[in-house]
Amino acid sequence: MDTAPAIDHDAIAEKVRAVLGQHARLSASVDSLTDDSDLYEAGLTSLTTVNLMLALEDQFNVEFDDKLLKRKTFSSIRALSDAIQGLLA
Amino acid sequence: MTALTFLAGGAAGVGRVRPVPETRHDFERLLARVHAVGRDVLAAHAETVDSNARFPHEAFAALRQEKLLSAYVPGEYGGLGLSIGQVSQLCQVLGQYCASTAMIFAMHQIQVACIVHHALGSSHFRAFVAELVESQYLLASATTEVGVGGDVRSSLCALRVEAGRYILEKQAPVISYGEMADAILVTARRGPDAGSGDQVLVLVRKQDCTLKKMGDWDTLGFRGTCSLGFALSATGPAEAVLPAPYADIHARTQHPFAHIVWSSLWLGLATDAMQRARAFVRADARRTPGTLPISATRLAEVDMIYGAMRAALGEACMDYAALLASGEDEDFASYGFAIRINNLKVACSQWVIDIVGRAMLICGIAGYRNDSKFSLARQLRDAYGAALMVNNDRILGQTALMQVASRDK
Repeated sequence: MDTAPAIDHDAIAEKVRAVLGQHARLSASVDSLTDDSDLYEAGLTSLTTVNLMLALEDQFNVEFDDKLLKRKTFSSIRALSDAIQGLLA
Repeated sequence: MTALTFLAGGAAGVGRVRPVPETRHDFERLLARVHAVGRDVLAAHAETVDSNARFPHEAFAALRQEKLLSAYVPGEYGGLGLSIGQVSQLCQVLGQYCASTAMIFAMHQIQVACIVHHALGSSHFRAFVAELVESQYLLASATTEVGVGGDVRSSLCALRVEAGRYILEKQAPVISYGEMADAILVTARRGPDAGSGDQVLVLVRKQDCTLKKMGDWDTLGFRGTCSLGFALSATGPAEAVLPAPYADIHARTQHPFAHIVWSSLWLGLATDAMQRARAFVRADARRTPGTLPISATRLAEVDMIYGAMRAALGEACMDYAALLASGEDEDFASYGFAIRINNLKVACSQWVIDIVGRAMLICGIAGYRNDSKFSLARQLRDAYGAALMVNNDRILGQTALMQVASRDK
């Protein structure tokens, strides 16, 4: 019954960080962010969110469904990792 | 008004909108009175309002008489408690007689809606709304700013709060009817350290601010809106800052409400043109009994576009009313809804030009003249403003971006 997710949460969060650094054009450096830092406060914008989403879909080979296209999903590294873990499960 | 909504918005603890206290019958009577005001007051002064680019004082005196400036204030707070669909109908009616008046009325209702949806939890705002109802205050808006272009989800100016009072200075390239307003809702960064998108909305009352005029308002159309630029300098009680973040206010109210009421008055403008074209075709047909004039075929064509415009607006009103009633804040934050609202604005602003232009073709030189009862000159000039107020290219660009991400079927 218990199938472990393909990648664990920490590994996902690490990859999310890498994608963020490359695609999100944040005003703060990714290294200065905790998993719970508010990405919008760190400079994530409407424009960069779309690029970030596309890059994450490419990286993890997933597709964000409509339910996930919410501000909340993109609000922190943890929220993004949770969403991706859900898609990979 | 066009930031990508899901990114700009979020869950806000906003109360449900109350059901409409008026019966259908009462509302029909109100509509009939508004038509009468339109004919007797708005239409009578539309020409001088337009030619002198002056505020439609007579129209607003009459609208205040009918308590229409508190049309969207819920009944329990003393307003008429009308729904978005009913406010839309009022804008349509006014738009048939004087588009400048209708535009000012629509913009005022947007500001009222921001307070009604997002600030009635505060005693300061409940007291303000009671005053608004009593004195029929007119509210204006200062969301754009010199240096950020038309992006209303971005501010340069920052709010400062000292000893319980806010201090705010803003260079506003446009504050429509700013000099006539009793209060102005102004966006600003939450504080000196906040990012450009971390905004609040402040209710700046006339007595709390000075407005220094920047430039004039001499435009092709919508001349009565007096949309001058101002350097605004204000200080007032800290409670005058709306409790909800502007990101939420924008997603849930300002963006959808604005595009719906604007589209409504553009539909009114189109209705005016359709009525003139229809009257012309009837006269034309009477002159040539037994032979259908070509203008009748043109009328049949333009009526299809008019029908599409009416249907699109009706659907958007129902869509928005259903979302408001559901209390599901997250739905406002979806790409699908923001795209539909953007589509409404862009489509209606194009349709209104098309419809007035086709009506002018039907009326011929009588429509082109300024001094004929079929004149469509002012209507055509006004219609061209629709695509520019929040430029369609800006909206389309953001819609395009959302389309890349949207999974809507």
